[in-house]
Parts: sequence; C-alpha cells; structure tokens
Amino acid sequence: MEQQDDTPDTIGNARASVACMTECLRADMPRQPVVHVEAIRKTYGKTVAVDEISFDVHEGEIFGLIGPNGAGKTTTMECVEGLRRPERGAISVLGLDPIRDAYALQNRIGVQLQEAQLQKRVKVREAVGLWASLYTKPVDGTRLLEQLGLSEKRDAWFMTLSGGQKQRLFIALALINDPEVVFLDELTTGLDPQARRAIWDLVRGIRARDKTVFLTTHLMEEAERLCDRVAIIDHGRMVDIGTPAELVLRHCPERTVFVTSDDPAAEERFRAIPGVALVSSDGPRYTIRGSGADLVTRVIGCLAEHRMGVVDFRTEVPTLEDVFLKLTGHSIRD
Amino acid sequence: MLRGLWQLTWLEIKIFVREPMGVIGTVAVPVVFFVVLGRMFGGRLGTPVADAPRVVTVDLPILASILISLSAVVSLVTIVSIYREGGILKRLRATPLRPYTILTAHVIVKLLLTAVTLGATVLIGRRYYPIDGDVPLAAFALALLFSTVSILSIGFLIASLVPTARFAQPIGSAILYPMLGLSGLFMPLDTLPPVLQTEGRMLPLTYAVSLLRGIWHGEGWLAHAGDAAVLALVFLLCTALSAKVFRWE
Ligand SMILES: Nc1ncnc2c1ncn2[C@@H]1O[C@H](COP(=O)(O)OP(=O)(O)O)[C@@H](O)[C@H]1O
Ligand SMILES: [Mg+2]
Repeated sequence: MEQQDDTPDTIGNARASVACMTECLRADMPRQPVVHVEAIRKTYGKTVAVDEISFDVHEGEIFGLIGPNGAGKTTTMECVEGLRRPERGAISVLGLDPIRDAYALQNRIGVQLQEAQLQKRVKVREAVGLWASLYTKPVDGTRLLEQLGLSEKRDAWFMTLSGGQKQRLFIALALINDPEVVFLDELTTGLDPQARRAIWDLVRGIRARDKTVFLTTHLMEEAERLCDRVAIIDHGRMVDIGTPAELVLRHCPERTVFVTSDDPAAEERFRAIPGVALVSSDGPRYTIRGSGADLVTRVIGCLAEHRMGVVDFRTEVPTLEDVFLKLTGHSIRD
Repeated sequence: MLRGLWQLTWLEIKIFVREPMGVIGTVAVPVVFFVVLGRMFGGRLGTPVADAPRVVTVDLPILASILISLSAVVSLVTIVSIYREGGILKRLRATPLRPYTILTAHVIVKLLLTAVTLGATVLIGRRYYPIDGDVPLAAFALALLFSTVSILSIGFLIASLVPTARFAQPIGSAILYPMLGLSGLFMPLDTLPPVLQTEGRMLPLTYAVSLLRGIWHGEGWLAHAGDAAVLALVFLLCTALSAKVFRWE
C-alpha cells in the first residue's frame, strides 16, 4: 500500500534513489553466485557418493562437473536440483533452498536428467505443450522446437526419435520456462560425434541468452571445448576447480615444441630460450621441452629473431585428460 | 493447485489409446468375455437357469463390475512401475507437477477406462443382460466408483512397493485376484470354514462385493454403511501409507 500523504513526486524520487542504490551496490559487490554448494555429503548405504564437495557457479558461465562414471556427478547435481537431500552441507540456488523452496525454484530452473525417458507414445509437440502448461511464463514451444531443429519431428512419438533428437527434446523441455539456470547431466553421452557437436553449439547458444549452464560430463574434450570453468571430481571428492586452461597450467605446465629446421645453430639457440628444460634432436628435427604457457611464444620469437628457416612446426599442449591422470593417478576412461 | 492435471490426464488418455495391446487387453477382452458369458447363461437376471452356477446367473453384473475394476487396478500398478523404471516419474517430478497430480491423473484415466469397459459391456450385451427397471443404476454406479477408488488405492500401495516393472503385473494380479475367491461372491461367506471366513472378513474386496450386491438388489446405503466405512478406511490407510513409501525412481 502506498502512503496517501506522499506526493507522487516524492515517491518518484525515492524510487529513483533506491534504484540508484541497488545499481551502485551491484556494481561494487562481487556478484552472488547462482549456485552455492558447501561441503555436501551424500551416502547410499555404505557407498559414499559425495564427500564434502564445495563449489560456486557464477552467473552467465558454463560450469562443468567432470569425472569418470561413478564419481558422484549426478548425485551432486541432483542435490542441487532438489531431487536428493544431502546428509550434510548447505546448498543455495538463486538464493533459494532447493528442498524447502522446491516449488519456487522449479519455475526458475531448467533440468535435463541423465537417463530420463518420456512416455513411449507421447508426441514431441504434446510433451512440449504439457511442459508449457506447467509454468507461469513459458516461451513459445513451436519456436523453441524450430530453434532446436525438431520442427519436422513435431508429430513423432518419443520412442521413434534418435538419441540426438531425444536429447534435443530434453533441452527444449529444460528451456520451456525460460529458466535462469539450466542443468544438463551427461547431455551427449551415447551420441555420435556429429550430433555431439550440434549439441555443443546449442549449449553455447543457451549461454549466449544470458543463462547460466551447469553440466556434467565424463568427456574431457567436451569439458575443454564447452566449459568456462570445471570442477574435477573423483570418488565423491573434489580434486580441483578452475578454468580448463588454469588447471592445465597448474598441473601440467610442461609444453613440447617440435621444430624441423636446417639452421646449423638451431640447437644452441633453442637451449638459450628461457624456460627450456631439454632440447633433443634427430637430424634436423628438434624436440624442445619446457614449461609455462609462454614457452611456445618464446620459441616462435627465437625463430623470428634469428630468421631461421622452418620446415615444420608442431606443438604438444597437455589437456584436461592429462590433468585428470596426474591428479588421480588413473585415466578417466578406466 | 492441481496445475497440469487436465493436460496430463488428457495426454495419458491419448497415449493409452495409441497402444493397441493395452486397449485390447483392458477394454476389448473383458467386453467380449462378459458378452459371451451372458449369451451362454443369458436370460433375465433373477430367474436362474437351473444348472448354471448361482453366481453367473444372479450376480453376473457384480462379478463383471469387480473384475473390470480389478483389471484397471492391475493396469495402474503396471503403468506406475513402468513409469518409475523408465525414469518418466522422475522426469515429471522435476517439474512443477505435484506428485499427487501425477497420481490423480492416472487414477482418473483408470476410472474412465472402467466406465468405458462397463458401458461397452452393457451396450453390446444388453440382449443378454436385461436389467430390471427397479435396479438403482445411479446408486450402483456411485457404489462402484466408491469401491473402485478404494481398490485403486490398494493398487497404489502395491505400485509403491513392487521392485520392477516386469513383476508389477504378476504381483498385482497375485495379490488382487485371490481376494475375489474369499469375497463371498462365489460362495456366501457363512458357508465357508471359520478360518476362511475370518480371512474373508479381513479382505477389502469382501466389503466391495457386499456393498455392490446390496445396492444392486435394492438395499439402501444405510444398510451398507459398514461396508462403505471399511472401504473409506482402506482408501485413507493405503493413500497415507503409499505417500510414505512411494518411490519415484
Ligand atoms: N540410487 C542409488 N542407490 C545406491 N547407490 C547409488 C545410487 N545412485 C548412485 N549411486 C552410487 O553413488 C556413486 C555415485 O554415482 P553417480 O552420482 O551416479 O556418479 P556419476 O554421475 O559421476 O556417474 C556410484 O558409486 C553409484 O553406484
Ligand atoms: Mg551420472
């Protein structure tokens, strides 16, 4: 209720200054994370599925939980979605408690579950229609299907869709309520490389619409290509968190450059580059090992400075896969 | 509060109709069965053919009603467990659909199924089931609705407990159909050995049979208030219990 004795002008001014204050506060304060997870733990009988995991997901990023099968990714994500209740720890999503405020939250998040199915004989447009009817401000389902390349399958039964089409339908259902955060659990598992690439583009498209994406994957290539930041988990524990480049640099800083050059002074010049640990040669083919993100730049600088003739040039940069192996002592594929 | 109930119910009806085996099994088979049975033992109800078993001639409408509602219950148990095993329930749960909305939608579909099957039986078989003018059809329909909802709640409890979809149908049938034997439908309870009598009195179906038969034969609700109370109690108990033990995945 507005106060009767206030003139419209005063109210207007007061509103303006409040608006300014919130603006200023926003600009100054670090943004509140969209998802905040603090030391959660979840066990199934004797299996500790999630053990003291903590992380934040920031607004507008694609955040990935990565780790092998059974690492606890799905369990963690489902705790955040409010589908499971952790025994310990605290979770907040958009400032809400996923269990207590489940219904308020459901309107603001979009969910795709690992291994979910729909009724075999439900048509694509019927599923989208049902979902749209459940939310207060749904987006246009027809357009959404168009954007996801499912227009031709509008009248197809769910059971007749290919794996990639099913996943695209699940993305459509996760986006129907125009959510602020989208959860995607192993979205591309079981898809062929072409379908996988198409899905990656769709996920980048979600981020481009100012939404936050929280995904899980056991594919390191996917994490590296898609995620702004990743948390590596193994056996229910979080091993490290950061951008893919940060993690690679932190744990696998070594870089290798292969140069083929017939310059007689090549070996000597390569050895003189700061950060180079080892130079070996096989005739005109040189292998330069060292560490640090700028090793490659320095080698190129050296080649340019001495105007050396280069026949072949190749680099080897470690990937998240190598980081995983180094951190856990086992390959993610085991 | 029941946001999505209508949409989900309508969707489930369409999905049901798209599966030929389901329609044949739950609608066509009972209809054909009872029409054939009626033709074999046809004639006016209440004027028993000498050598036919009593139940077939006298209580055929009650037998038909109960069997049809039991088959709806078994199909409820089956569909809930298929949905659970396939992750469909879990996916629906991650939406603003309330759990009881999902369950209510399925109950409505099964009630409609029961009504359609019975309606078809009555229509197609009306030559063999001439119904006396003094049978209170509206009251009977109400009694049947009441009994069916109560039995459906038992189905729910079973659906909450069966581990996998493959066992849902056999387990559901194994629990529900034997109840019929001791329900007093085939033999009056009083003629059974005492042990079986006691057992019969403990089965909810016995009260459904008693209520349906009473109403069909023109007895008032007041005379069967006890039956109705037991059925209501069963409903409340089973609903409360399944809310506790229901698993979404
Ligand atoms: N419902 C469940 N009941 C019992 N154990 C479970 C259940 N869900 C997951 N687990 C166990 O918890 C661990 C983590 O599983 P999950 O979170 O699915 O891992 P991920 O998604 O990384 O593959 C695994 O050992 C798995 O077997
Ligand atoms: Mg998983």
